[in-house]
Amino acid sequence: MKLRKVTAASAVLLALSVSATACGGDKKDDGGSSGGGKKIAIGIKYDQPGLGQKTPQGYAGFDVDVATYVAKKLGYSADQIEWKESKSADRETMLQRGDVDFIAATYSITPERQQKVDFAGPYLLAHQDVLIRADDNTIKSPADLNKKKLCSVTGSTSAQNVKDRLAPKAQLQQYPTYSACLTGLQSKAIDALTTDDSILAGYASQSQFKGKFKLGAFKMTNENYGIGIKKGSDLKAKINKALEEMVADGSWQKAVDKNLGPAGYKNEPAPKIGDIKS
Amino acid sequence: MFDFLDKYDVLGAFWTTVQLTLLSAVGSLIWGTLLAAMRVGPVPLMRGFGTAYVNIVRNIPLTVIILFAALGLKDTLGISLGSDVVDTSNFRLSVLGLTVYTSAFVCEAIRAGINTVPVGQAEAARAIGLSFTQVLGLVVLPQAFRAAVGPLTNVLIALTKNTTVAAAIGVAEAALLMKEMVENEAQLLLISAIIAFGFCCLTLPTGLILGWVGKKVAVKR
Repeated sequence: MKLRKVTAASAVLLALSVSATACGGDKKDDGGSSGGGKKIAIGIKYDQPGLGQKTPQGYAGFDVDVATYVAKKLGYSADQIEWKESKSADRETMLQRGDVDFIAATYSITPERQQKVDFAGPYLLAHQDVLIRADDNTIKSPADLNKKKLCSVTGSTSAQNVKDRLAPKAQLQQYPTYSACLTGLQSKAIDALTTDDSILAGYASQSQFKGKFKLGAFKMTNENYGIGIKKGSDLKAKINKALEEMVADGSWQKAVDKNLGPAGYKNEPAPKIGDIKS
Repeated sequence: MFDFLDKYDVLGAFWTTVQLTLLSAVGSLIWGTLLAAMRVGPVPLMRGFGTAYVNIVRNIPLTVIILFAALGLKDTLGISLGSDVVDTSNFRLSVLGLTVYTSAFVCEAIRAGINTVPVGQAEAARAIGLSFTQVLGLVVLPQAFRAAVGPLTNVLIALTKNTTVAAAIGVAEAALLMKEMVENEAQLLLISAIIAFGFCCLTLPTGLILGWVGKKVAVKR
């Protein structure tokens, strides 16, 4: 008898969840055309100042501005957006499971990722770069990093890149967060911090660091930031169109200047849709 | 299945773990014994210091201590423990942090050992005119250590595993290698199992051997 109760209960649950997912599916199908009363789920980073950051006042950053603009063009107002945190390692899974409709989270387009998800864009061309103290004139090229102390986050590939290819004698300090690297950079225990220039610019634009750091502008790699969507989704064309409009009406440049400008970040011209620089 | 291991220096990483463990173990045994001596000693100021140290240090998370060693001592105050090479000074700072933390536990283990020595022995030793250092060094501590082998083994095993925290400041030990391998190989379960196996290889024999030693040297009362 008890067993039967459990079975019945789970059957009800199952039926509920099936109908719930069915609803969700319906919602998404007619997504872009009419927005009224519906929500759109967007994945962003929560911890990258200048790009995607959760603050007490809400969400801010370049990725957030791009995502908001795209959502508007798809027919969703700002309060219909449901922001979700998409950590680097979770991005493909979140898209495949349908947790989010699209992801704008410093998501570089790479061949490995393109096998799992589709990309709209690119909407920003970033490069791996170094952040150094504003008064440090000894680092003028990647080779100058030899014998210098270089910082990056534990397990990231950017520092390894520099050490393997550009400056083999550089010393590598790994910390759990970029903020920890910045403490060392400020007190001269570390000479340079390396990762994408857009991320570096975001950190250097924070009010407490303004004017203390500068970018090396070395352009060590090309990172094409794209908007990740589920494989085969029909959103790709709509998002591409929205991105083109964003560049055309000037709000793209405005968003770059607002979020990354204070660090002296010289952005590349807005990339052409589908133009992926390797 | 295990081909990818050729690209990584797994043994080297575990050797760093062993070095971290042994150096911090020696350091914390010395400092922990001194702390225990302070806590049972006749000078109130030293007793107070010992008690305060143990209660403060053992309640701070180890990660905080290790990160403070790197961010506070090295990056902010410029104390790099006599080396300009990042890796060396991080290693030394981790040993310092682990020693500072572990000695609080060593102190308590030894104090528990001291409590197993009957009070009468210390009184008798004092009665024949021995000083405090002599009572402690010749009569009480030798017996206390023999009783403390068991608890100290626990501390040593915990220390072995605690060395993984040094990965937070980039010391190239087993946990850091694990992070690197997971990032590059996308084989989370297999890699975790390998690292877990490595730690068992270190800690199981420690437990067995010291357990046997503990029985051997225990004071039969």
